[in-house]
Amino acid sequence: MAKHKTPLLDQLESGPWPSFVSDIKQEAEHRHANPDGIEYQIPVDVCDDLLGLLEMSYEDGETHWKHGGIVGVFGYGGGVIGRYCDQPQKFPGVAHFHTVRVAQPAGKYYSTEYLRKLMDLWDFRGSGLTNMHGATGDLVWLGTTTPQLEEIFWTLTHDLNTDLGGSGSNLRTPASCLGQSRCEYACYDTQSLNYAMTLEYQDELHRPAFPYKFKFKFDGCPNGCVASIARSDFSVIGTWKDDIKIDHDAVMGYVKGEFAPNAGAHSGRDWGKFDIEKEVVALCPTGCMSWDGSKLSIDNKECYRCMHCINTMPRALHIGDERGASIFVGAKAPILDGAQMGSLLVPFVPVEDPYDEVKEVVENLWDWWMEEGKNRERIGETIRRMSFQKMLEVTGIKADPRHVQEPRTNPYIFWKEEDVTGGWERDINEFRKRHQR
Amino acid sequence: MAIDMSTAKQQVVDFCNSKSKTKFYFNDFLKVFPDEKARDVKKVLTALVQEEVLEFWSSGSTTMYGLKGAGKQAHSEGED
Repeated sequence: MAKHKTPLLDQLESGPWPSFVSDIKQEAEHRHANPDGIEYQIPVDVCDDLLGLLEMSYEDGETHWKHGGIVGVFGYGGGVIGRYCDQPQKFPGVAHFHTVRVAQPAGKYYSTEYLRKLMDLWDFRGSGLTNMHGATGDLVWLGTTTPQLEEIFWTLTHDLNTDLGGSGSNLRTPASCLGQSRCEYACYDTQSLNYAMTLEYQDELHRPAFPYKFKFKFDGCPNGCVASIARSDFSVIGTWKDDIKIDHDAVMGYVKGEFAPNAGAHSGRDWGKFDIEKEVVALCPTGCMSWDGSKLSIDNKECYRCMHCINTMPRALHIGDERGASIFVGAKAPILDGAQMGSLLVPFVPVEDPYDEVKEVVENLWDWWMEEGKNRERIGETIRRMSFQKMLEVTGIKADPRHVQEPRTNPYIFWKEEDVTGGWERDINEFRKRHQR
Repeated sequence: MAIDMSTAKQQVVDFCNSKSKTKFYFNDFLKVFPDEKARDVKKVLTALVQEEVLEFWSSGSTTMYGLKGAGKQAHSEGED
């Protein structure tokens, strides 16, 4: 018998998709049944009261959560987000319902043993409800009380060898695709860079001093499986400098139907015979490919790494050998201004341990943004406000045609003294030798 | 950092006490030390957090600093 009547939430379960309401009800029943004999450290009816509070919010058309607070673990400015219910007498199980962010491993590799240990801790000291994973990438634990936080932190760090993730005006938990561990497209070791940057910037991750949040994400290739170009302030995307490698026999194999295009990924329907002209060459966004009936050619200098041809014929086409990454800066969701994608800052950087080239760019950006950024302003907004040119200056990166999004529309050029031969000073006597008064 | 740590810490505490508000952005403290690098100012704030003089306040997306126990937050959360 449910603790609270929830007709509005019940209706949500009638749709075609799996419902979070059903999940919470299931966990509520499980906690009451307690088949494992857990000595729950927070109220057993936390899930029931969560449903009750949510139903009330639906009835009232307004939230009953108070968000934010001073709660956290000692010395850390992030990783825990305080949440309180404004009707604690009616719903004591969720009087405190704090969120804990658990740092996810690079590429999100878990063993089932580790996941069970995580859940044993969370069943014991929290609600048992999780979000796998939050948008930043952390594994998110939903709902515990203040006295449990230090206990959770001790066990998490000592027994599970895992840290809290970032929140607030911190560096957020860096995220990467699985990279070279499984993927032949990866142009650098994303997990290694992710791990190195996480260790290097521990202080930034746990002790907030930025104007607002800052996210690193690392994609091994332009397929962008962690969507770093859209979701991170500092996006590193694998690329290559030389030519796409072509195995002409394998190309012919695709044309003859010996190999399934897209590695068989779209095989659930009959798409007809593979047509290399229609499905590869004509879809190249820069038109840099040609097919003469027997041979595929690529004008590599025109390629901008859309990955479509490689994805379609992975057995025949492969990323080049001179590999590294491009760095993009300033992507963000629409908070102050509208959403924006990252802008190319470094066209090519070698990505090799100890990653000093990448770290140098990051630290120059941070020094500038920490000084000049307004409160609650993402670095992408600082760049828009102060200009891309200013960012190039502070990072010491020379302007490059690849930084240009579109031809200039302003006919005026404002020179700086250092850009003009001889500067602004002139020798008037020399001048008068050539020009009468 | 040009000034010594204990002087800097006292400046931070004095600054917090001189304002009517109780929560401060990190940038607010940069104005207290206009000649110092942001990272050096952060070291002062971190030391004060470790000594439990300052505490963090987080909305989840933004983090602020305040004197421990100052303002309504501590009471409303039953933390005092």
